[in-house]
Amino acid sequence: MSDATITAARRSPLSAEASSLGGVTLTPGAPLLRLILRGAEAAEAADTAFGADLPRRPNRSATAGERAALWLGPDEWLLLAPESDAASLPASLASALAQAPHALVNVSHRQTAILVSGSGVEPLLNAFVPLELTEAAFPVGMATRTIFEKAEIVLWRTGSAAFHIEVWRSFAPYVWELLEAVRRENAAN
Amino acid sequence: MLLIRCPVCEMDRPELEFRYGGEAHIARPLDPSKVSDEEWADFLYFRTNPKGLHVERWRHTAGCGRFFNAVRHTVTDRFVTTYKSGEPRPDLEALARKLESAR
Repeated sequence: MSDATITAARRSPLSAEASSLGGVTLTPGAPLLRLILRGAEAAEAADTAFGADLPRRPNRSATAGERAALWLGPDEWLLLAPESDAASLPASLASALAQAPHALVNVSHRQTAILVSGSGVEPLLNAFVPLELTEAAFPVGMATRTIFEKAEIVLWRTGSAAFHIEVWRSFAPYVWELLEAVRRENAAN
Repeated sequence: MLLIRCPVCEMDRPELEFRYGGEAHIARPLDPSKVSDEEWADFLYFRTNPKGLHVERWRHTAGCGRFFNAVRHTVTDRFVTTYKSGEPRPDLEALARKLESAR
């Protein structure tokens, strides 16, 4: 890692404000530290260094305080942490994992979050997400990569009527606008 | 919509999340310079193209991202079974008999 200090201001790709309509609240996610960890052998060391046990069960998540680890593949996790950890966590994880083969990539600038909540959230998401989103099929804590119309997203259920969408920032306005359009249509009916 | 069982995610997922990856269990010759032109052409270009059960690779692109193998019926488009890469090829005749008796 270089010693040069570069501070890049993080601007949200979404210009809209949080708003509620027809029982659904859309909120642009606050900036987060996002890391992609690859390497099954590094998982055990990462458990302690990250503070939350990385889920080994497919499509599950684990949280500890404000940190969350989402299973994306059998040797792939998305680690989310508050921005205040941005200076220390990547380095401390990297040194904790030094003995195990792995890849740890900071993707904080690559993607952004859209938070969707409210009683009408399942039919709203199902306008573009082809998965079954009832609580029996997609329980709280489940997280998976999937598609949203033409965009690839990570969908994470954080509450019985609350979802966290991780989307690449160039796709974020597209996803937001589609959600907004269907939300307005559902509210009008 | 067709539902395909991903053996890595251990659940049925919509076909939109998957990409087809060609016929499965085709091993590249260990030493290409030692095989004849016919064998090499066979490896590169010739596939079985059956009418019936076909063993093929699929990738759960918008999901876990992993390749796995599937047995699909090329007439009905029905996925008979899916299994992880590296696992042995299933007995197609037994699967066909099972399909026939389930009719």
